[in-house]
Amino acid sequence: MNIEFLETLNLYMNLPFVQNAIIVAILISLCSSLLGVTLVLKRFSFIGDGLSHVAFGAMAIAMALNFVDKMFLLLPITIISAILLLKSGRKAKMSGDAQIALVSVGALALGYLIINRFSKSANISADVCTTLFGSTSILTLTKTEVNVCIILSVVVVIVYILFYNKIFAVTFDENFAKGIGLNTEFYNLLIAIVIAVIIVLAMNLVGSLLISALIIFPAISAMQICRSFKQVTICAIIYSLVTTILGLMGAIIFDTPVGSTIVVVEIVIFIIFYILGKIKGGIVA
Amino acid sequence: MNGFQISCKNLNLGYDNHVVAKNINFEVNAGDYLCIVGENGSGKSTLVKTLLSLNKPVSGEIIFGDVKRNEIGYLPQQTIIQKDFPASVREIIISGCQKPFKPFYTKNDYKRCEENIERLNITSFVKKSYRDLSGGQQQRVLLARALCATEKMLLLDEPVAGLDPIVTEEMYNIIEKLNREGITIIMISHDIKSALKYANKILHVGPNVFFGSKDEYLKLGHGNLVFSNK
Ligand SMILES: Nc1ncnc2c1ncn2[C@@H]1O[C@H](COP(=O)(O)OP(=O)(O)OP(=O)(O)O)[C@@H](O)[C@H]1O
Ligand SMILES: [Mg+2]
Repeated sequence: MNIEFLETLNLYMNLPFVQNAIIVAILISLCSSLLGVTLVLKRFSFIGDGLSHVAFGAMAIAMALNFVDKMFLLLPITIISAILLLKSGRKAKMSGDAQIALVSVGALALGYLIINRFSKSANISADVCTTLFGSTSILTLTKTEVNVCIILSVVVVIVYILFYNKIFAVTFDENFAKGIGLNTEFYNLLIAIVIAVIIVLAMNLVGSLLISALIIFPAISAMQICRSFKQVTICAIIYSLVTTILGLMGAIIFDTPVGSTIVVVEIVIFIIFYILGKIKGGIVA
Repeated sequence: MNGFQISCKNLNLGYDNHVVAKNINFEVNAGDYLCIVGENGSGKSTLVKTLLSLNKPVSGEIIFGDVKRNEIGYLPQQTIIQKDFPASVREIIISGCQKPFKPFYTKNDYKRCEENIERLNITSFVKKSYRDLSGGQQQRVLLARALCATEKMLLLDEPVAGLDPIVTEEMYNIIEKLNREGITIIMISHDIKSALKYANKILHVGPNVFFGSKDEYLKLGHGNLVFSNK
């Protein structure tokens, strides 16, 4: 039985589009693990959630307009939404959550309506399913989209490294950071834009409904057992890479949807980390 | 140079034109120990945030003399986010060394971080994670971070809130030591007794603002919170 698995795996691994998919998947999972801690601790998770639904709406428009390289439409719409959500959320603290809930439900409804009404595709419900759960989208990226994914991932990683210390300071204590002269508005904006980019990237891997999982699971899992920011960051990256690779393999071997399989693997490893954290009380820094 | 460091003139504080404290006038010089006292909600934290430019004054002027706006170390009242933040003590302390347009820490920053760890007796728990520290230890870590940001002036927002009497005393001693080393202290406190013990200047925020030396404050009747505002 093991041999059979390996044969299936081997067969797939030799296909060029699968190889592409694996490279892109690895890069995406690397990026999506980076800002998890910031997202969770800065109470930005709701923005992430709202944005993933906006990305769904944008995807619907791209499909209706018959865009080939859908990312070129997704990216600007999601980034602009990120900036707007951040601005309005800051201004009106009380209604920020409600606004985002409205935006995200609205985008979801509008997106489905657009696909349903205007899509020329033969199988609409399959399209919707792919967009929401990313069943096969990672395997159907165009050559341009693969390149865009690679470039964006590299940019995200470079930005993260350059601003790692600033992101730490702004996440840990925004008032203090502002007090010592850091431009916290700029860094918040930067974080929001990077989150938007990550969401557009991650949508290809797991679909819009599961994006939050890809961003938040690595961080909260790492936080169970790690004690310093650096450890959490490194642990989250490794966690994300391992779960994505396991998930991809699982999806190929058991013929299950990629996104859901990855998320299931993430949940299982999260539970292991949670128990480890409870037993050992974490790794000492 | 023995000029003033910060001078506030006819400052009105508030949020979005809603004034919470009026007519604040005071001046701090190098080496001063200023205590800000006043009832809950009188605007003390707002004043500190305004001094740090986290908040815009409704009207009036803040003049920075012998100190730059970003040469002020700040010890905020703790926020909820920080309670379970996964960060090591060192990571937090050195984050005080950050400057705009400087992505990475320098050797000098690391040295400064170690100096402040020793200065505040943090060595015994420096290997722990911030979230596993006691309240008093956390305050000391945040104070060390503020010291990484400045050698001139510290703004402390209720640094002893929630600490037990012994740790409170320790904290006051540390602050006094820093003051004797030449660092200007501006501290918010509800503890009038200690304020009078350590400070040389008092600012009372409220319906009637008082600013003056400790002796003037005592002469007007200490403990009596109502002062005429001239
Ligand atoms: N972000 C804010 N927006 C609007 N009003 C605020 C804000 N923060 C505080 N206030 C109001 O400003 C007033 C002064 O608050 P402040 O925090 O400065 O009081 P304080 O003197 O520090 O009180 P305490 O002794 O309890 O710390 C209060 O009435 C408060 O409700
Ligand atoms: Mg206060």
